[in-house]
Formats: sequence, C-alpha cells, structure tokens
Amino acid sequence: MRMVSVETLGFRTVELVGHLGRISVFLGAVVSHSFRRPLRLRRFVNELFDVGVLSLAIVCLSGATVGAVLGLQGYTTLTRFGAESSLGAVVGLSIVRELGPVLTALLVTGRAGSAMAAEIASMVTTQQLDGLRMMSIDPVDFVVQPKALAMLVAMPMLNALFIVFALFGGYVVGVELLGVDGGTYVTSMEESIEFGEDILGTLLKSGVFGALVGLVATYRGFVAEPTSAGVSAATTGTVVIASVSILLADYVITALWGV
Amino acid sequence: MQPSPIRDVVVGIFVLIGLGTIGYLSVQVGGVSYKGPGGLTLYAAFDEVGGLKPRAPVSIAGVTVGQVREIQLDELLRARVTLEVDRDLELPSDTSAGIRTAGLLGDQFIALEPGGEEELLRSGQEIAFTESALSIERLIGRFVHDSGVSAD
Repeated sequence: MRMVSVETLGFRTVELVGHLGRISVFLGAVVSHSFRRPLRLRRFVNELFDVGVLSLAIVCLSGATVGAVLGLQGYTTLTRFGAESSLGAVVGLSIVRELGPVLTALLVTGRAGSAMAAEIASMVTTQQLDGLRMMSIDPVDFVVQPKALAMLVAMPMLNALFIVFALFGGYVVGVELLGVDGGTYVTSMEESIEFGEDILGTLLKSGVFGALVGLVATYRGFVAEPTSAGVSAATTGTVVIASVSILLADYVITALWGV
Repeated sequence: MQPSPIRDVVVGIFVLIGLGTIGYLSVQVGGVSYKGPGGLTLYAAFDEVGGLKPRAPVSIAGVTVGQVREIQLDELLRARVTLEVDRDLELPSDTSAGIRTAGLLGDQFIALEPGGEEELLRSGQEIAFTESALSIERLIGRFVHDSGVSAD
C-alpha cells in the first residue's frame, strides 16, 4: 500500500516535469511560427472575434459591477477616517494595478480559454489534427498559433475596457449615489495613477496573462486524450491551471516590478 | 470557417475600441500629457520638499495652473523642482513658490505667490524666492528644544 503511493508520487513528478518540458517545446514552436510565413491572418482575425469580441459583454459588465462594489466598499471604509476624498485613488489604483488585469484574465479564461481547449481537444478526438498532418500542414502553425496570438492581443484591450468600465462604475456609485464630489473623485484618481508605473504595468500584466492563458489552453487541448472524457478533462484542466498560473504570475510580476 | 466581411469589420471595430481605450487610459488617467509646444517651464530650488511628488498641482490663490514635472537634486544638494504652468500666465519675476499641504493630512502642492515686479518670468527661468515644506516633526522638535532652553 505504502509502496503504491510512493510509486504514484514518483510517476506524478516525472509526468509533471515531462509536461513542463513539452510545454516549453510547444511554446517555442508557437513563437517560431508567429514569425514565419504564411501569417494566417484570416484565421487570426476569426480567433480574435471569438476571443475578443465575444468576451466584450462579460468583461464590460463585470468591470462596471466590480467598480461599483469597490466604490461602495471603499466609501464605507474611508468615511470612518473621514477620507472619502481619496475614494477615486482607492478605486483607481486597485482596479488598474490589480483587479483589472487579474479579473479580466480569469473571466477570459472561463469565457474563451475553456472553449479554445475544448475545440482543439475535440479536433484531437476526431483526428482532425492527424488529418492536417497527413496533408503536411503543421497543426501548431494552422490551429494553435492563431488562437494563442489572438489571446495575447485581445487580453490587454479587454483589460483596458474592464478598467474603464470599472472606473465608470466606481464613479457612478461614489459620486452619483454616495455624494462624493465629482471633481475630487476624478482628481484624486488621476493624480494617483501614473502612466509609467501603473498603466504600463497593467498592460504588461495583461500581456503576460494573455500569453499564459493562450499557451495553457492550446497546450492542454493539444495533449488531450482522444476520448470525450479527454475533451472535458482538457477544458477543466485549462480553467484550473490557467487560473492558478495567472494568480502566481501576478504575484511574481508585482514582486519583481512593483506594479 | 467561411470568410465573412461583417466579422472582419466587427473585429476591426473591436481592435479600434481596444486601442482607443488603452490610449484613453494613458492620456486621461495616466497623465501622459502633450500640451503643444510647451507650457511655461520654471525651476525652483527648495531645501526640503517633504512629500511633494511629480504631477502634484501648482496653484495660484488656490486655482490650479500647472503641475510638478520632476524633482531632482541639484549640485548644491537642494531639491530642484521643475514646474510646468500655463503658457499665457504672466508671473512677475519676484514671484515666490511655497510647498503647502491641502488640509492636515492632504497631499502637498506648490503655491505660487505673485510679486510686484514689472518684469515677467520667462520659460526656463528660476523662481528665486522659495519656501520649503513644513515638516511637522521639525516644528515639534524646535518647539520642544525652545521650551527646554527657556526653562533654564
């Protein structure tokens, strides 16, 4: 019994290290195909539609809601110290530096990353990728690369939209509902947020998250078991792994660059 | 997937909106400002700037007329503050600059007080009269020290 669990542990470790190695090679292939002709512009645009345009509604709605809640929470806490005038700075900084990129990435993982993994996994199951290989078309080039690139490109834009809607939501609650002075709110927000640190930082974060989600989703779909259980495992795995690695990467980026 | 012109246009609009939002965030919220061919750039040296930060407002009589561009250390080891104020502002050459605090715990800003000279400050000139930031710790220290002396 003891022996079996040790064996399992060893097997799992070897498997994990193997996955790390394969995902690195996979990443290398995706990156090298991004700089190689043909550019697959048509497929890229279609993927950008799936990832970006179809995620717009959920990202904007969530942004407005999060901003509104943050305005409400911030207000109740700040009034205790008589510091309601800093509400704009509180909402703005927490949205721009932290909540915007992280929540957008988590939402997009659920909305588009899972679908991406499921699509590739079902292509594996129905041997469509093998069909491509038979026609000497590299599936990494034809299927994976446009998807991963679309994720990388769409994420910073969705993040920016999330932030704008969240700032708007915070403004509506703080100024219109709770009666903080509008000018004070906007001024305290604009003074506390800096371009070099905060705005570039949020774009850096969302770019990294976009690459991460794109890589995890496509890789997990690519190595899925060719069964229907494999498709569902790939979808679940993508959401779990991508979410955890987003949060880990967020900590690392914040610790390294302080954004 | 079939090529679809409508989809392409929608994706194009999405990209435009996305880039526009990033631009909006950078310019409006982040404060990357382009104010045409330069506002009036003035320098002022302070012994102590306290908690003054770049982008802090510069005001005259409480009206914001510009902002702090950067804060550096000059060769005399004083804080050299670069101010950018509205270009059409006519400031006398004996204008003084002081670092004030908005309220008890508020942010620090620079208050300009115009003097009475005929001559006007030009861009790139230095404000000669400055008043450093008020440090509450130093005030308390001085108060304690002074009262100690008078007790002798």
